Amino acid sequence: MPEIEHEDGVQIDLISGQRMSGKTSMEKIRMILDGVRQGNIVVLEKGLTPDEESKLIEVTMTEINPDDFTGIEIESFPRSETQDSSLLGRLMGRQESSKLTVIGPANQIQSLHKDETLISALISRR
Amino acid sequence: MGLFAELKSSISRATSSLFAEDGEPKRIGIYGPPNAGKTTLANRIARDWTGDAIGPESHIPHETRRARRKENVEIERNGRTVSIDIVDTPGVTTKVDYQEFLEHDMEKEEAVRRSREATEGVAEAMHWLREDVDGVIYVLDSSTDPFTQVNTMLIGIIESRDLPVLILANKTDLEGSDVTQISNAFPQHETIPLSALEGENMDEVYDKIAEYFA
Repeated sequence: MPEIEHEDGVQIDLISGQRMSGKTSMEKIRMILDGVRQGNIVVLEKGLTPDEESKLIEVTMTEINPDDFTGIEIESFPRSETQDSSLLGRLMGRQESSKLTVIGPANQIQSLHKDETLISALISRR
Repeated sequence: MGLFAELKSSISRATSSLFAEDGEPKRIGIYGPPNAGKTTLANRIARDWTGDAIGPESHIPHETRRARRKENVEIERNGRTVSIDIVDTPGVTTKVDYQEFLEHDMEKEEAVRRSREATEGVAEAMHWLREDVDGVIYVLDSSTDPFTQVNTMLIGIIESRDLPVLILANKTDLEGSDVTQISNAFPQHETIPLSALEGENMDEVYDKIAEYFA
């Protein structure tokens, strides 16, 4: 991900579903955490699967350290009610993970609120 | 997960269920955010049916920093005995800041050590959830807002693994308790109110454990 030079601003990366589509779970998590650890806000057009979310929490925990990284804040819109979440549906590859997701460094996101149609983030500079 | 990997995993789950020895205990993970009362509940269940506790309880977040297992807890309901292993897990979160522990009269060195152990504990809890539990008791503090991303993600992860899940609205003894708020947050699941601290409504909890995890 190209790094934009900034001294006291906040970089926001809007990552398309297409850019994430060919990546493995760990590649996606690495891309997210690399961005967040640089102080960026990462917005995913299509979010992560539940399994990827589980691994994101696990990897985030292993990277927290008292000097420079206290973890992440994350919010996403609910999954569609109409998705096919049955076992057969998932076996047939119809598991839907499409949900806009906002992820940022916990120590910079002052507040992150959402309702069904709006995610609102208050972000401080580093 | 790919088609064949998921198929293999489903067949493996089905066959292990079909050919499990009679009475082999299911591993039931007690999950939820920090300070929901998971260890209080685990101790309540363990004391009621084995006489022993599982671990220390505290109002300080992340008191439980290692998953703890109590094996062969036999719960008797309606003439039947349900045998489970209870796994009390650290509260799941996406952030841990050692400075929060300083507010609980800890020295910096102790706070840093505690935060490091807490992060290891959360990672361990996630690993258990993906690999090593057969069902989940999800505990929420009914006096706090359940509409958090961690709760949403964890319930989504549990559902995606087809694990049976029982949602408990704990701390009904508190003045601000609102069980309806919990049931509204997860309408696809049954919500059982209780106070693990006071032992209120434990009979219904045990009925449901037997029903969901037998």
